[in-house]
Order: sequence, then structure tokens, then C-alpha cells
Amino acid sequence: MLIHGLKRLLGMIPVLFTVSILVFAFIKLMPGDPARIYAGADASLEAVEAARHTLGLDRPLPMQYFDWLASLAQGDLGVTYRTRQPVSEVIGASFMPSLWLALASFCWSALAGIALGVFAARRRGRWQDYGAMGLAVSGISLPPFWLGLLLIQFVAVPFGVFATSGFERPLDLVLPAITLGSAVAAVMARFTRSAYLEAANEDYVRTARAKGLTQRMVVWKHTMRNALIPIVTMLGLQFGFLLSGSIVIETVFSWPGLGWLLIESIKSQDQPVVQSLVLLFVTMFLVINLAVDLLYGVINPTVRHT
Amino acid sequence: MTSSSSPLVAAAAPLSSPWRQFTRRFLRHRMALGATLFLLILCMAAILAPWLAPYDPQASDWMALASPPDASHWFGTDDLGRDIFSRILYGARLSLWVGLTSVGLGAIGGVLLGLIAGFHGGRVDTLIMRGADVLFAFPGMLLAIAIVAVLGPGLNNLIIAVAVFSVPVFARLVRAQALSLKTTTYVEAARSLGASTSTLMLRHLLPATLASVIVFFTMRIGVSILTAAGLSFIGLGPEPDVPEWGNMLASSRSLMMAGAWHVSVFPGAAIFVTVLAFNLLGDALRDTLDPKLKG
Repeated sequence: MLIHGLKRLLGMIPVLFTVSILVFAFIKLMPGDPARIYAGADASLEAVEAARHTLGLDRPLPMQYFDWLASLAQGDLGVTYRTRQPVSEVIGASFMPSLWLALASFCWSALAGIALGVFAARRRGRWQDYGAMGLAVSGISLPPFWLGLLLIQFVAVPFGVFATSGFERPLDLVLPAITLGSAVAAVMARFTRSAYLEAANEDYVRTARAKGLTQRMVVWKHTMRNALIPIVTMLGLQFGFLLSGSIVIETVFSWPGLGWLLIESIKSQDQPVVQSLVLLFVTMFLVINLAVDLLYGVINPTVRHT
Repeated sequence: MTSSSSPLVAAAAPLSSPWRQFTRRFLRHRMALGATLFLLILCMAAILAPWLAPYDPQASDWMALASPPDASHWFGTDDLGRDIFSRILYGARLSLWVGLTSVGLGAIGGVLLGLIAGFHGGRVDTLIMRGADVLFAFPGMLLAIAIVAVLGPGLNNLIIAVAVFSVPVFARLVRAQALSLKTTTYVEAARSLGASTSTLMLRHLLPATLASVIVFFTMRIGVSILTAAGLSFIGLGPEPDVPEWGNMLASSRSLMMAGAWHVSVFPGAAIFVTVLAFNLLGDALRDTLDPKLKG
């Protein structure tokens, strides 16, 4: 198991390497002259050229790429063009707000989604099932940024309990977390329903019922336990998507997180920040997916070592 | 919708389930029928927008700035006094166009790559699927955001970004099917009769994958419309004054605080209902065409 995990971890390296080349190419193709942005809009031509030299932007592109990798390996992400702060500091300051938002959204949406899915599956074909699934398909179709705007307009502004933007108190998490988690809750409800129904169709569930076990035992010990294997996998994947979903949501709530930082940096052409953030997002996403795969092996012994 | 429901006729016919069986099963989904009807009306409205819209979408009514809905402006006006109903009608053109073309381009690219990868196997397969892995490493919208950041904002770049974002999804779906289909007896028979590689791929493998491609296509349109609107909303779409639904929401922010609810409610509802209709249609198509596919 450990060796398998290590192998998978090493398998990530070629993907990350290719991604790093792609990200580097993206950054080089971004509009705007980075030396001009670094030096400032009204800097003299000499100052711009001097900035180009200090930033190493006059070196050949492959050299620039390896310079970047070398400083990455030393944990040096460069300085932002806007404020000249170290990029690692700026990203570090935005990391926790994003993590809090992702965790809060994940917790409520996982619980609500699974509960709604089991509820619908156990009342299959009845109006409760149709109602729950109608709610779920609506949740998938709802533009999350619109939900955020509506919550600001109809909850935050009139009642004044929740902030319309920013993150100062834990209470400020509520509306962004509802917004970000709604799609995940909807996806989980649909997925849980079908996973539950599939498990409930198995012979062992019929056997459990036939030998006279109580309903509670049949549902929780025999059906739910087996349905949980695909559900946990799906949950892990959804956590990865929460990270990227937060990019738009953070803009709605002016949330001081990574997504907001990314959009602001793209708009102000702050290339070192964009470069590091994109790579960070991809790495987090890959690590989460790997963790899900490994977890899948742990909870489902039949797929181990394949 | 006409453009994506007519290939259904062609696709369902050569499958094991005949066209009539498909219609009978599909007609049982009443919600999907409603959704189809809605999408047809929306398409007509989008095409006929210049004749149907009561106002020019860019014309300002200086006597009615940010005014709530009334008899002269059904959905009210925005901060520049432009009629929101007319802008939503024109916005339908953009959203449907972006949704259909971006998924269309993504599907064509993905299906071809998937067919080639699954059919040839070996090094070609490894190369294509590693490429897909790299694209899959970008979570959700991040790839689309990165592409727009490079190409610059604008409608065509938005379409390209959302299309690239769909390619690996289709490639993976079709490759898996091509892998299992290429060993079936009928493909072997065609091969032994001397069918060329392109005939095998396009005449024998492609039709068999179409059912799930159509289901995925319909479901992806909703995702694409949401993604495109999201990109416009964060300012990476067309120019801010273009009547695009995401743009309209972005510009509603300042008015919202002032209590002008209609400016954000109607464009958002337009996105929601359209995406919902595509999702309901996709669900019904999945149940009738390809029950094994999970979405």
C-alpha cells in the first residue's frame, strides 16, 4: 500500500512538470510587457530596461524557465510587480481565508447532500423523491455567483447580520459558504441517491432483509456502508472542485482569498503572482485527487494493488 | 435546440433501440418535454430578438434610470436606463451561441482525439491521454481562466477557452468506448473485409459512441453556459456594455446595494432557467439513450 502510494506520488511528477511548462508558456503569452508593469506606467525607457535586466527577462526563454524552476525549488516565488512584496507572503496571507471557505462549504454540503440523497433514495418514486431531485437539479443549474448576489441582496443588506464583503468574523463565512457549497450539495445528493439505490439492489441486502434484520440495520449496516465507497470518492473529487469554484465566489464577496487574488493579479498583469497561483491550484488539485485514489484503496479492499 | 435534436434522429436510428422506442421512452419524461419546448421557444426568441425586443438593447431611456419593472419596461431598466428585457433577449443569442459552439468545438476535437487514441492504442494513445491528463490537472474553471488571461477578454476567446475546457472530457469518454468497441465482432468483420482505418473509425466506431456523446453534449452545454457567464461576471468576457447575461449581473452589483433588485434577478434567472432546461433534457436523454452513463 505504501509502495503503491509512493509510486503514484512519483507518477505526479511528469504531469506537474508538463503543467509547469504550460503555465510558463501561458505567462509569457500574457499581454503586457512585464518590465513595464514592474517599473511603473510612467517610468523612463532606461528604468524599464533596467527592470527587465533585474528580473532576468532579457535572458533566453528556456533559461528563464529553468531560473523559475530553480527559485521554486528554493521556495522563492519572486516579488509581486504591484507592491514588490514577496509572492509567497501575499499568497500565504490569502491561503487561510480560502481554506476556511472551502472547509465550511465542504462540511455543510457533504452532510446536506448525502442526507438528501439517502432521503430521496428511500422514498424512491414518491413525491419526496421528485422534490429532492428537483431541488438537486436546480442546485446544479444555479449560477453560483447569482446565488451569491441574491444572498447579499435579500439577506445581507436587509438584515445586516452578515457582511456583504470581506472576512473579519467567522460569521462572514456563512453566506459565501452557502453559495460555494450549493452545487456540491446538489451533485452529492444526486450521486448518493444512485449509489444508495445501486447498493440496495444487491443480493446481500435482500438476504439481510430476508433474515429479518431491523430496517435500521439493513439501511445503515448493509446498504449505506457499501454505498459509502463511491460516495467518499465523489466527495474527495468535489473538494478539488470547491477550490476552483471559489475563484468566482470570492470575487462576488470580495473574499480575501486565493481566487480573488488570482483574478486581481490577472487584471493587473502581475505575472509572478498568476504564475505561482496557477501552479499552486494545480498542485493542490492533483494532491487531493491522489489522496482520494489512495483512500479508495483503503476503504475498498477489492481494488487494492491494481 | 433544432440543431441538436435533429442529429438525434440520425443517431438513434442505427442503434439497437429504434427511433420509435426512443420517442416512446423520451415522451415519458414530462419535465424534459417542457424543457425542450422552452429551449425551442428560447431559440426562436434569440433568432428573432431584433424583431421581438421592444427596445434597442443599447439605447438609454434617461427618464427611467434603474427603474423597477412596469408596463413600459417589463423587467425594468439598468443604471444607464437600458431595457433589461431587451438585453436579456439579445443575451440569449450570445449565451446559446457560446454554449453550442464551444461544446460543439470541444466535442469535435475530443471525439476525434478519443477515437484515435482508443483505436490506435500504443504510443499515440499514451501521448493523447497524457495530454488529457495535463488538461485535467487544471481544476474546473482554472483552465478557461488561464486561456482567457492569455488570449485577452472577448467573445471568441471565451468560446475557445470553454471549448478547450471540454476537449479532455469528450476524449476520455470516447476513448473508453472505442477501446471496448474495437474488439467487437462487427468491427473485426469490417476489418477482415479490408475496411480502411478511417472507415473503421468513422463508419463503425463513431456511430456506436454517438449515444453517449449526445448525452454528454447536452449536459456540457449547461456547464459551458455557466462557465462562460462566470467568466464574463469576473470581467474576462466580452466588453462590459455587451448585453451578455454574466456581464449584466456584474454591472448589477453597484445598484443592488441601492435596492434595485430587478437588475440582478432577471439576468440571473435567465441563466438559471436555460441551464436547468439543458440539464433536464440531458438527464432525460441519459435515461433513454444511455442508462449506464452516470453524470
